[in-house]
Parts: sequence; structure tokens; C-alpha cells
Amino acid sequence: MIAYVLRRVLQMIPTLIGVILLIFILFNYFGGDPAAILAGKIASREKIELIRDQLGLNQSVFVQLWIFVKQVLTFDFGRSWSTNEQVSSIIMHKAPVTLTVMGQVWFLDALISVFLAMLVAYRRGTLTDRAVVAICTAAMSISLLLYAVVGQYLFGIVWDIFPVIGWSDDFWTNVARYAPLPIILLLCVSVAPSLRLYRSFVVEETNQDYVRTARAKGATENRVMLVHVLRNSAVPIVTNMAMQIPSLFIGSFLIERIFVIPGLGGEIVESVLRSDFPVIKAITIYLAILSMVANVTVDVIYKWLDPRVELK
Amino acid sequence: MSGIQSNVAQSKGYWQSAMKRLWADKLARVCIAILAVYFLCAIGARLGLIGASWNEEVGVTFANPSFMANAPNPQGKDSFIKQDVLKIDDATRAVDPLAPYYDEIEKRAAHYQQSSREPKWSLPLGGDKWGRDLVPKVIKAGEVSISVGVSAAVLAVILGTMLGALGGFFGGKVGDLLEWFYNIFTSVPYILLVLAFAAVFPKGITTVVLVLSLTGWTNTYRLIRSEYIKQRSRDYVMAADAIGASSSRKMFAHILPNVSHLVLVQLSQLVVEFIKAEVVLSFLGFGVPTDSISWGIMINEVLPELVLGKWWQLATVGVVMSTFVVAFGLFTDLLRDALDPKATRR
Repeated sequence: MIAYVLRRVLQMIPTLIGVILLIFILFNYFGGDPAAILAGKIASREKIELIRDQLGLNQSVFVQLWIFVKQVLTFDFGRSWSTNEQVSSIIMHKAPVTLTVMGQVWFLDALISVFLAMLVAYRRGTLTDRAVVAICTAAMSISLLLYAVVGQYLFGIVWDIFPVIGWSDDFWTNVARYAPLPIILLLCVSVAPSLRLYRSFVVEETNQDYVRTARAKGATENRVMLVHVLRNSAVPIVTNMAMQIPSLFIGSFLIERIFVIPGLGGEIVESVLRSDFPVIKAITIYLAILSMVANVTVDVIYKWLDPRVELK
Repeated sequence: MSGIQSNVAQSKGYWQSAMKRLWADKLARVCIAILAVYFLCAIGARLGLIGASWNEEVGVTFANPSFMANAPNPQGKDSFIKQDVLKIDDATRAVDPLAPYYDEIEKRAAHYQQSSREPKWSLPLGGDKWGRDLVPKVIKAGEVSISVGVSAAVLAVILGTMLGALGGFFGGKVGDLLEWFYNIFTSVPYILLVLAFAAVFPKGITTVVLVLSLTGWTNTYRLIRSEYIKQRSRDYVMAADAIGASSSRKMFAHILPNVSHLVLVQLSQLVVEFIKAEVVLSFLGFGVPTDSISWGIMINEVLPELVLGKWWQLATVGVVMSTFVVAFGLFTDLLRDALDPKATRR
């Protein structure tokens, strides 16, 4: 087990090097001259040269790459080009906001879709089942953008149930007042694919022999579904939930933008619009690392939940 | 020879029977009909047959849809706003610095053909902020969105299939290198990768296509690679090898037709995904430039309109876009079922 985890961690290194190279090449060769972006519209040649010197752009490619690697390793990406705030402090401030919304979405999504998936899988093949699957397909197809725009209009303006936009400094005010509408809209989009996926997991388990055995020995239907089937289908479900964790940090940049929530997603969009390269680079690299770690963790959880799984 | 053939009942080919299976499904026929209408509109708009006049301001600002032509509208029929016509008399002449040039201005203006058009109070589906008719606008927008989605999907599928074929067929060092690429691209959350690419390239339609295809090839790659690994040791490939077929011939003339149904399903999935992505990117301002039009830009215009209670642009673009995407999504599912009846559905 320990050998396996160690090997997986070592395997992350080439991928991480690749991600660093990709980001480095992308921003250094396609991103235009950062000095020109930084110096603004009316910039003198000397000023541009000065900034180039400061950023180390006049040095050789390898020195620049080394600077970038050092930034990644020391968690110090310097300051944002547009607000002059420390990049690390931007991430520290914005991530909790995103998680306030996304954490609830993650939890509620699992709760609702597992419940519905059990229900639908139990009645598989019936009209209810087919209707739910068809509705899911349709709901999945519609863009989150439309849900957000229509939802904001209906709930915020026409019915006036939730505030249209806003965010406060107090966690509980946010949870009670500003987060519910974005959460409901995100759930509209996220439940459908999870429900379809989880339904297939549950259906697969209900076809197993042990279900028949459980019924034969006289277990109640509730016990069969909730104890026997749910426990076994929990393995892929938990894995799937763990895989979602990295994307929770970006949150939904669309929702954050439409509802003006000061989270990481909105920050990324802002930085792309303002060509604020340090912020984009930092967030991209760290989320890549996070998702690699999540992948390893998922495999370990998998083994822990289901000892039959062979790790190679 | 021909006599023998005519006696044997022609057995149907793989594609023929798959298409028959697909056509037998009523839902599939409905989806195909809907998609045909959209693609005909898109081709028509591309050729300039329909929707070419989308940028003309034919109505008043926020012209009502014709089924509610008499609804109150500040600029509508029973408007209480009267347009003031400024009388040019001596008093205005005295303060207007352009007054000495009036004659010259009029003389020069006479060189150009002029026509005035009464703006319409109502349009079939209403008008936008500049009084543009929503019908040609949504058709033209659809043309842009669909062509971006389709061309990005074609590029991504070609890229994914080529790399998957190389990696799966040869394995070894080439395979490892491609796996490394795959790991790099999949370790960054997809949307972040798209935004990072969008941040560095100049804005424009070509960029959207490039960004989406350069980031979207990974799924196709994985699928095709595993399929090539499975197929490369099959008997027919061995046979091809025995008669001296080259590697590229084995890869593309022998194996590719056997995995082409997977490629088609991938293409279909990516088109839906990329059209949705284009809409989102255009909405955020990284996509199609704002002087042209796409579904995403139309939705972008909607937010301030809704506050004024002008919901028809949202309704138009929402219904048109969702119908297309839902029909395409269902079609993709049915296509997969028809091409690969044994595969489990997720």
C-alpha cells in the first residue's frame, strides 16, 4: 500500500513538469510581451525595458524557466499585475468564498442524486424511470448560462424571493441570503448527470447475485436496497464525488460572474480579461497539483472501501 | 458471377443496419428532422440567403413582438413620447458653430443616395436595443455558433484520433510520450485550461475554434487509443501484416474503419459540448468578437434588457438554442445506441 502511494506520488513528478512547461510555453511564447501589457497604453521605451529587466525577461529562456519553477515551489508568484496584491493572498481570500457555494452544491448534489438514483433504479424500466432519464438528458443539454440568466430574472426580479446579486463579509448571511439562489441553479445543472451516472451504478448492483440471495433469505426490500445495494454502489459514487473536489475550487465562474460573487472563478475570468498572467498561472498550476493529489487519493479510497480492488 | 450474386440475399452492411436501427426510432426521426432544419438554416445563412440583414435597424428600440403589438412600450404606438424636431431658425444659427457650412454640408450630402424608412412598431419576435429584427439575428447567430462548434469538434476529433491511433498502435516510446501529453492536459481542470489558452491568444472566431479543439481532444484520444490497443493484435491486422501492409495502411485503411463508429459518436458529443462552450466563452467576452453575433453574445445582451422587462430576446435565443442542443444531445445518445447496441448506457 505504502509502496503504491509512493509510486503514484513519484509518477506525479513528470506530469507536474509537463504542466509547468505547458504553462511556461503558453504564456511566454503566445501571451505577447508582458512588459507592454504592464506598462500600459502610453509607455516609454525605457519604462518597458525597466519592466522587462524586473521580470527577468531579458535573461535566457532557462533562467526564466528557473524563475518560474522557483515561484511554483515557494508558492510565491509575486504580485498581481493589475491590483498589486500578493497572488497568494488573493487565492487565500477568494477560495473560501467559492467553497461556501460549492461545498453546499457538492453535498446537496450527492444527497439528492443518490436518493433519486436509488428510487429510479428500483423502478427501472417503468415509465417513471424512462421519464426521469429523458428529463435528465434534456436538463443536461441546456446551458448553465440559461439557467442562471432565467433563474436570476424569475427568482430575483419577477418573484423577488432572493436578492438579485450580492455578497457580504459574514458567513451566515451569505449562506442564508446570497448563496441559496446560485446553489439552486447549480443543482439544476449538476444533479442530472450525477443522477444518470449513479443510476447506472445502482442498476449494475441490483443485477448482482447477492441481491437475489438477500431477497431469498427474506430481507425486506428496504434492507436490500439501503444496506446491501447502497453499500456496494457507494464505492463508485464516493470515487466520483472525490474526483469532483478539484473543480469545486474553481467553482462556477459563470455563476460567480452573473451573481457577482467574489470567488476564485470570478477572479480567473477577471484575470483573463485583464491579462493578469501571474494570477492565472498560479491558479492553473495549483489546481493541477490538487487534481493530481485528488486522483491518488481517490485510488486509495477505492482500495479502502473495496478491498477486492487490486492496486498495481 | 453476377448470377450467383443475385441469388444470395444481400446482407446489410454494418452502417446500413445501424442507420436502419436509428431510423426505426421515432424520437431519432424527430431529432434528425429538427437538426436538418437548423443545419439548412445555418448553410442558408452562410451562403447569405437568409439572415443576411440581421444588422439592419428595422424597428424601434425594443419593438414589441407582433403577438403583443399593442402592449405598452415607451416607444410604441400609443407612445406619450413625442420626437422633438429642432427648428433651425436664426436663434439656433447664431449659436451653432457649423452654421456657415450648412450649404456645403447639404451640397455634399446630395451626392449620396438617401432614403428614410419608418421604423416598425412591432416585429415578428420583437426587436433588440437597436431595433434589429430577432428572427434574422437568431438565424445568423446560430450559423456562427454551429459552425464554430462543428469545426472545433472536427479538428478535435481529427487530433484525438490521430494521436490515439499513433499511441495505441505503436505503444512504446511514442505511446509513453503521448500518454505524458494526455496526463498534462487532463491534470488541469478543463475549463481552466480553456481560459488559460483564451488568455494568451488574440480574440476572434479562429481562436475559439483553436482553443476548443486544442483542449478538447483528450477524451477521443483515450477512447481511440484503447480501441487500437485492442485491435492491433486481432487476426485481420496480422493478416494485413502478412501481406506486407505498411504501418500507416494498417492503422488507417484496416483498423480505422473498425473504430469509425466510435469516432462518429465522439464527433457528435463534442459538437454539443463545444457549442455550449462557445456560448459561455462569448458570453464572458473571450469568444466571438462583439461586432459579429452568436448565441452567446445574444445572451450577453439579455441581462440589462431583463431589468427593463424586455424578455423576448432571451425567450427567442433560449428556445432556439435549447431545442438545438437537446435535439443534438438526444440524437447523440440514440446514435450511440444504434452504432453500438451492446454498449451499456450511462
